[in-house]
Amino acid sequence: MILNITTTHKPATDLGYLLHKHPDKFQTFDLSVGKAHVFYPEKGEDKTTISLLLDIDPIDMVRGARNLGGDGFALGHYVNDRPYVASSFMSVALSKAFSSAMNGKCKEKPELVDVKLPFKVSIASIPAPKGGEILIRKFFEPLGYKVELKRHILDAKFPEWGDSNYFLLKLEHTITTKELLSHLYVLIPTLDNDKHYFVSENEIEKLLQKGEGWLKDHPEREQIIRRYLINLNSLSRQALERLSEGEEIENFIADPVEKTATEKKKETLHDKRIKLVAEKLVESGAARVLDLGCGEGKLIRQLLKQKQFTEIAGMDVSYNELLKAKERLHFDEMSPKQKERINLFQGSLTYRDKRLDGFDAVAVVEVIEHLDLNRLKSFERVLFEFAKPKTVILTTPNKEYNVMWEKLDAENMRHDDHRFEWTRNEFAEWANRIGKSYNYNVETFPIGDVEENIGAPSQMAIFKYGN
Amino acid sequence: MEIKVPELSLVVLIGVSGSGKSSFAKKLFKRTEILSSDECRALVSDDENNQASTNDAFDVLYYVAGKRLKNGLLTVVDATNVQKESRKGLIELARTYHCLPVAIVLDLSEKVCEERNLSRPDRNFGGHVIRQQNQQLKKSIRGLKDEGFRQIYILKSLEEVDSVLEIKREKLYNDKKCETGPFDIVGDVHGCFDELQELLSKLGYTINQVEVTDKNFGFNVIAPKSRKAIFVGDLVDRGPDSPSVLRLVMSMVNSGVAFCVPGNHDLKLQKYLNGKQVQLKHGLEVTVQQLENETSEFKKSVEQFLYSLISHYVFDDGRLVVAHAGLKEEMQGRGSGAVRSFCMYGETTGEIDEFGLPVRHNWAKEYRGKAKVVYGHTPVPEAEWLNRTIDIDTGCVFGGKLTALRYPEEELVSVKAKRVYCEPIKPLDFNESEYKLSSQQEYDDLLNIEDVTGKRIVQTRLRNNITIREENSIAALEVMSRFAINPKWLIYLPPTMSPCATSELPEFLEHPAQALNYYKKRGVEKIICEEKHMGSRAVLVICKDEATAIKRFGIENEGNGVCYTRTGRNFFNDSEIEKAFIARVNQCLTNTNFWDKFNTDWVCLDAELMPWSAKAQALLKDQYASVGSAAGGALPVVEQALQMALYRGVKDALPSLEKFVIKNKAIDKYVKAYQNYCWTVESIDDYKLAPFHILATEGEVHVDKTHEWHMTNIEEICQGDFKLFMATPYKIVDLKDQSSFDEAVQWWLDLTSKGGEGMVVKPYDFIAYGSDGLLQPAVKCRGSEYLRIIYGPEYDAPGNIDRLKNRGLSRKQSLALREFALGVEGLERFVNKEPLRRIHESVFGILALESEDVDPRL
Repeated sequence: MILNITTTHKPATDLGYLLHKHPDKFQTFDLSVGKAHVFYPEKGEDKTTISLLLDIDPIDMVRGARNLGGDGFALGHYVNDRPYVASSFMSVALSKAFSSAMNGKCKEKPELVDVKLPFKVSIASIPAPKGGEILIRKFFEPLGYKVELKRHILDAKFPEWGDSNYFLLKLEHTITTKELLSHLYVLIPTLDNDKHYFVSENEIEKLLQKGEGWLKDHPEREQIIRRYLINLNSLSRQALERLSEGEEIENFIADPVEKTATEKKKETLHDKRIKLVAEKLVESGAARVLDLGCGEGKLIRQLLKQKQFTEIAGMDVSYNELLKAKERLHFDEMSPKQKERINLFQGSLTYRDKRLDGFDAVAVVEVIEHLDLNRLKSFERVLFEFAKPKTVILTTPNKEYNVMWEKLDAENMRHDDHRFEWTRNEFAEWANRIGKSYNYNVETFPIGDVEENIGAPSQMAIFKYGN
Repeated sequence: MEIKVPELSLVVLIGVSGSGKSSFAKKLFKRTEILSSDECRALVSDDENNQASTNDAFDVLYYVAGKRLKNGLLTVVDATNVQKESRKGLIELARTYHCLPVAIVLDLSEKVCEERNLSRPDRNFGGHVIRQQNQQLKKSIRGLKDEGFRQIYILKSLEEVDSVLEIKREKLYNDKKCETGPFDIVGDVHGCFDELQELLSKLGYTINQVEVTDKNFGFNVIAPKSRKAIFVGDLVDRGPDSPSVLRLVMSMVNSGVAFCVPGNHDLKLQKYLNGKQVQLKHGLEVTVQQLENETSEFKKSVEQFLYSLISHYVFDDGRLVVAHAGLKEEMQGRGSGAVRSFCMYGETTGEIDEFGLPVRHNWAKEYRGKAKVVYGHTPVPEAEWLNRTIDIDTGCVFGGKLTALRYPEEELVSVKAKRVYCEPIKPLDFNESEYKLSSQQEYDDLLNIEDVTGKRIVQTRLRNNITIREENSIAALEVMSRFAINPKWLIYLPPTMSPCATSELPEFLEHPAQALNYYKKRGVEKIICEEKHMGSRAVLVICKDEATAIKRFGIENEGNGVCYTRTGRNFFNDSEIEKAFIARVNQCLTNTNFWDKFNTDWVCLDAELMPWSAKAQALLKDQYASVGSAAGGALPVVEQALQMALYRGVKDALPSLEKFVIKNKAIDKYVKAYQNYCWTVESIDDYKLAPFHILATEGEVHVDKTHEWHMTNIEEICQGDFKLFMATPYKIVDLKDQSSFDEAVQWWLDLTSKGGEGMVVKPYDFIAYGSDGLLQPAVKCRGSEYLRIIYGPEYDAPGNIDRLKNRGLSRKQSLALREFALGVEGLERFVNKEPLRRIHESVFGILALESEDVDPRL
């Protein structure tokens, strides 16, 4: 909510000319959701500081933008950090208050425009996501800033709650005014995970304009662009939000932090797994196949390429994932013949469902571990007792392999939503019991490279009906 | 001429073009009952004479006719129907929907028809068409009966046509809807005369032996007051004395104290007595032998009696159906060969089981009908309800027992077989284990997706039909599937609660006057104010022991209770803590003698579980503390900067400084407000459980009690564990008495000034009605400091509160009522031991409604 810019340039009072703001005035600008004030807490030949203060009206903000905030919790729109932090509003205010300076103009002392001046910037509360400190440094340091960070504690009465996601950010650099303002304009909103209140089509233009001369050479260029244009707005998730009791809805807020090596490794593994499942489905000779828990349709996209599959169905419990799948498949633009092959529908693994009847093969890829163990019995009956496909191909993580992932010990799960993970033995035992109870032949396989004593990262069972 | 047709029939008009079918139909049937091929042609082609569109037109006609018949509506087909092929499809249609096809033929002279057609400019086809149609008609008439028409009327002249002034609708024989009982429905007797006599006596019937007259066959039976007996058939075969059973039942039916539907054995005996070739096996040989010494006159009466029996009956305004082998919903109250056959034999799959018996398809598993179906046919060890059906053949002749079901009491009365009269091929008691799940529980193990998805309409006792929109059930399916506990535990979800109307006092957003006045204005005289605790809503289902969890809830290996949130999630993430917590609650209930006092093995409690920080840790950290932290980091810096500017002489900084000082204070208050509801939890003792409703126990949903009853009974429970349990302070208010009203207001002011969340105001009775129907079951009135957490830290700053006062409550109130009705409905269904899908439907509905778009601050 407050940004202070200090210079020790001699005379420091030049700051007033540079920013076109009279040091003895208190100036106010209207913003869409409040006001911005510009004033000088200190003025002197040696040191002058200008403050940009946002006075956001919290009620106006939620009125106009109820659909925009996004904390995965319905009340979040009303009890909101926006009025207190430096966010995209700050960028809007910067461009409004200091537009001439940002465009590299200085009426009174044009010679100052290209002079590099010693600046200190202080931002009282700046939000930054997980790994925020690294991110802030990665963004500012390559531009030559000296970065000083102090993290605010969440609640002094409950120190056990730990640190907050807010920092006191201090920057130091000798740089032109235009550069300084452009950097702040672009980088402040990129540190914020929240939906920006101003993302629109001409945002890309603004970004390119403000980033001129420095952004294309920035080592974190891609990430800066991605985060600047972050757009999480999706109306369909609102109903879910209201039900989520403030707990995080995973998958919705795609974590915009750069992927770690582990995550990349997991992605490759997933691609491998999908490929293998697709191969096994082809081998099974199936014509009508169903992907239970199809998510955004990665496997379905693979299956579409195979002529053998005359009917490809995908079920997921998340309606949102199905919409994503349709989008990724370009379903709406498909020819009628193509569309006929595909059927996507919302369903649940724990309810008996006629729509699951009559498939030759069913794939259940990394799905069962998202069910509570006591609900697994229902899933078994739904699939093996009632839907009774000829072939079932099922995969789940191998718990023993977890020691190989960074930051994962044997006790931790690979994913927040995993309700259980099985060792190779546990999986084989379960699969064999299913085979016996429902008259299926069972074979299990590792997925991925096998390590001694711990096996492969993931595991697969193929069930064939009858003897 | 008088024409009578069954109430539900497919009436096929037959007559050449111009024979006056349409006028005939319009004169005698309702407009909506008539489906005319000409009109269907017009619908699909804009031209009712367009012969090219005939196929499309008949598709429409058949489709609509099918829907009507499915819905039990008489339907008239107005088309020429002179060809056998065109009638064949209609007969098929009638059969599909198990209703009777009736033919009405207008057999008028060619001349009449031709003249009529000539007078109509749109019918310019030649005379040869009519001639040809007429030939086909003549050829058809003789064959109509063989084609399958059950009633055929032929009108041969204009006079005859005109003489039909009315078409009489006749009830079907199976329609006994006006017989409302009470009934005693008796299972398969199979010649077990002694047991039958004993059972009837036990049921209160007096059996006198009398001389045989026209009216009776040697018995005079007096039923207990206003009761009637119903026999589900299979009176004969296998057992020791079929002739006496027949005499008794025939006497009872003749004198009007009993109804009887036929069983497959009865039918076979009838065939035998009628001289048809039947194999003398499966016990028929025994009956035949027993009948040897009977007079041929008696045998003839038996044959006639059995022949006269109607396949099934629909009683009590459609609420009860009795058929020997049961009956699917779509066949109830209908008449066709297929219905009769189903009633007699049930549904078989064509397979043969390991005992050489036909494998029966268990239609009852898929039964969704509203009527209760009582049947026999298949011997079972115990009569058990499954989806509103019950098989009461408990195999008396095989040494089991003879069972009767008292309706509507649903009490089962049995007498043991005196001995085994016939060895069963399949042993009766196999699969018996100690804690056997009931058939219903076994069936309920899996819910069906069709029972929850799409747009749904749920009927509730409190508020009739409640509509669940599809987009809401989509959201609920995901939450229910991914996060909710085992649906067998989930018998209730709490409704949302509306705040009181907005206060008119300048400094208050909510004030108790509005809460009290909500009820006062609606004529409620007595209300209760309960302190509102700020924790997390928790619903507890606690069983006395694990055996109860199995027996009553059908849940194995999941402990003896559960504690879940308002969206059906496990309250505790740690199963060990959950176990310990449930054990503590259970122990407390045992300590206070709850189980005996309420004569129950389980209870469902509605409660608040504190501290808030226990469940909402993530929310507190990510949202509330974060806002405090962000503001705390920035506001002092702002204040300092403004002060420096002011000090320098920038006078215009003053208003902003003043404003930000207020903001800073507001943040302090806000942080204190949420901190109030947080404390560290290290053991179960650190939790505080404050129950406020004893929702249900075995056989009872306690919504018929007052809230004072709930409060005093909960106080008693709290005596059992002071550390964990917390009794809720409350105040009963007489709204007619101003001082009582004022005391309640003061009580709230005291509570909230000490940091309390506020209070909940409820009518004294759990369910209260006003002039405009069901009233809000509760209205909340929240304290000023608490509201900072809801409306933001600065909600009460000058200029803010006035804007916030503009809020509408009607959606929230409507939602609260719908959810309340659904919640009570779910509990009542559970207590009435309805199938799980019916309970789940209500609970799912609440979850779905919770995804409706309502201002979350309310």
